[in-house]
Parts: sequence; C-alpha cells; structure tokens
Amino acid sequence: MNNPQKLFVAALMSVAVMTSCMREQSVRAAVKDSKTRKAAPDFSLKDVNGKVVKLSDYKGKVVLLNFWATWCGPCKIEIPWFKEFETTYKNQGFAVLGVAMDDDGWEAVKPYLTDKQVNYRVVVGNEQVSQLYGDVESLPTTFVIDREGRIASMHIGLVSKGDYATEIKQLLTGDKPVSATAAGY
Amino acid sequence: MTLNPPMSVMGKRGTTVAAKVQARLREGYHCNSNTPSDEYLIPLKLTWTAPGALQVADVKYPKPSMEKYAFSDKPLSVFSGVFDIVTEFKIPADAKPGQTTVAGKVKYQACDDRACYPPKTLDVQFPVIVE
Repeated sequence: MNNPQKLFVAALMSVAVMTSCMREQSVRAAVKDSKTRKAAPDFSLKDVNGKVVKLSDYKGKVVLLNFWATWCGPCKIEIPWFKEFETTYKNQGFAVLGVAMDDDGWEAVKPYLTDKQVNYRVVVGNEQVSQLYGDVESLPTTFVIDREGRIASMHIGLVSKGDYATEIKQLLTGDKPVSATAAGY
Repeated sequence: MTLNPPMSVMGKRGTTVAAKVQARLREGYHCNSNTPSDEYLIPLKLTWTAPGALQVADVKYPKPSMEKYAFSDKPLSVFSGVFDIVTEFKIPADAKPGQTTVAGKVKYQACDDRACYPPKTLDVQFPVIVE
C-alpha cells in the first residue's frame, strides 16, 4: 500500500471512529441530563379491566409512556418492540404504559389489544392527559420516564428500536451511558 | 387538507348531474384512500348529510396509489396531492325549481412518513340550481 492509499485508509478510519462517537453522543444526548429533567405529569386513567391506573403508581420504575392509536401505522411497527421490552426489562424495574387516543375508546382498542397480543398495560387517553403532555397530536409520541418520575426523553413519530433500548438500559442502570451494541440492538 | 367544491351546479328536473369536490393535501402528507389496506385504518369518506332536493346516486373516488412507507410492512392504499371526488346526484322529476344548498362532510386521516394525525372532518357545501 503506497502513502496516498495509507492516508486514505487512515482518513476513512478516522471518519468511522468520529461517526461512531457522534452516534454514541447523539443517543446519550437523547436522554436529558438528570438535572434538567422535569416531572412527568401524573394522571389517572382506566385500563381494559376498568381498573384505575395512575402514572405515580410506577414511581421507582423506568416507564415508556406511549401515546398511540389503532389507526396509526407507525404505532403498529413499535408495538412488537414494546412487547419485547416489557418482557426483557420487566424484572429490572421497567414497564411500558400505552395511552390509546382512539375516539371510539375501548370499543376500538380492546379487540386490537387481543389481536396484537399486547402484553403491557394500556389505558384510554383523553383530551386532559393530552394537554398535560403538551397537546399530543402526532402519533406515536413517546416519553421515557426515569425512576424518579421525570421525563428523560421525548420522541415524536417513529424512531429506531435500538434508540429506545439504549435509553431504557441507560436509565435502568442509573443513567450510566450504554452503547447501542451493549443494549443488544 | 383543503376542499374546493363546485361554485354551483345546475340541472333540470328528472336528470342526473355530477359535482366534483377537489381535495388537496399538503406536500409530504398522505391520507388513507376510501379502501385502505388494513382493517384498522380510517378510510377517506365523503358523506352528503343534507343533499337538499337532490338524491345521491353514486360517489366516485379516484384510483388510489399503493405506496410503501418506512412504517408499513406492506404498501398502503393512499391519496396524496390533489385529487377529485365526483358525486352523481339525481334531480327528482318533482323537485321544486330554484336554488338549494347541498351540504356534506369529508372524513379523513393523514400521516407523513413518520407520524400520523388524528382523523378530521371537513364541511363541504355548494349551491344547486334546479331548473
């Protein structure tokens, strides 16, 4: 390999390392610094069994709070990921909580949950909870909440499974940075 | 979405007239067609709630596009850009001559390439002159 070729390869490797570092930083940056996180507004909604669910019931757990609807295509892509997260991280103090924004309420949502075999808790949302979370209109809109009940990150629209996994692992391990590969994605 | 109904429609008693409602979606957005590819998706639908002196014979939707998006496993049946919905109205032979107003609603649900927005209903109306 001659000198120009060596220089080219070295430059390529530098770019690859920089890109990898930037990606690490960008994933870490998606989770807010713990000092700047704001409290996730508490709410009280009912699940499919009519039981009242409060967000404050989850204090001490990392929560993925997902606003979705049965008519939302991107939401359908995320649901299998969230089912997997619920199973994988449940014993580490993690939970997914879905907030369905269907106008038809349980009439639309209940059969969908059965059809998709959703294994995490889902409540039907309303205008009030939407307003509490900044007037949620785009779906999916997802908040990842730390063990202290503070919003660590917010995502509007479809994001990657890996990004969610990295954030969840980071918060489960007490805000220690975790690479996407370490998260298993 | 914005709707552009006809300025007016004129027709004789005992005949059929066609009225075109032009729909326009902002660039970057699409809505489900009237025949979406998944049972959970909300179709676009034009309903004439107050046809006045007229009778709705048929509502014709354009041919949808089958588009693949990052968030869908399979192509979706959608409308985007500018498209027309044409309604055929029958004017009964015993309809009263003069001007009347036909009113209806268009329900649709739109998405961009990453997120979806709640279903919306828009009002549409136009004058009809029965001769």
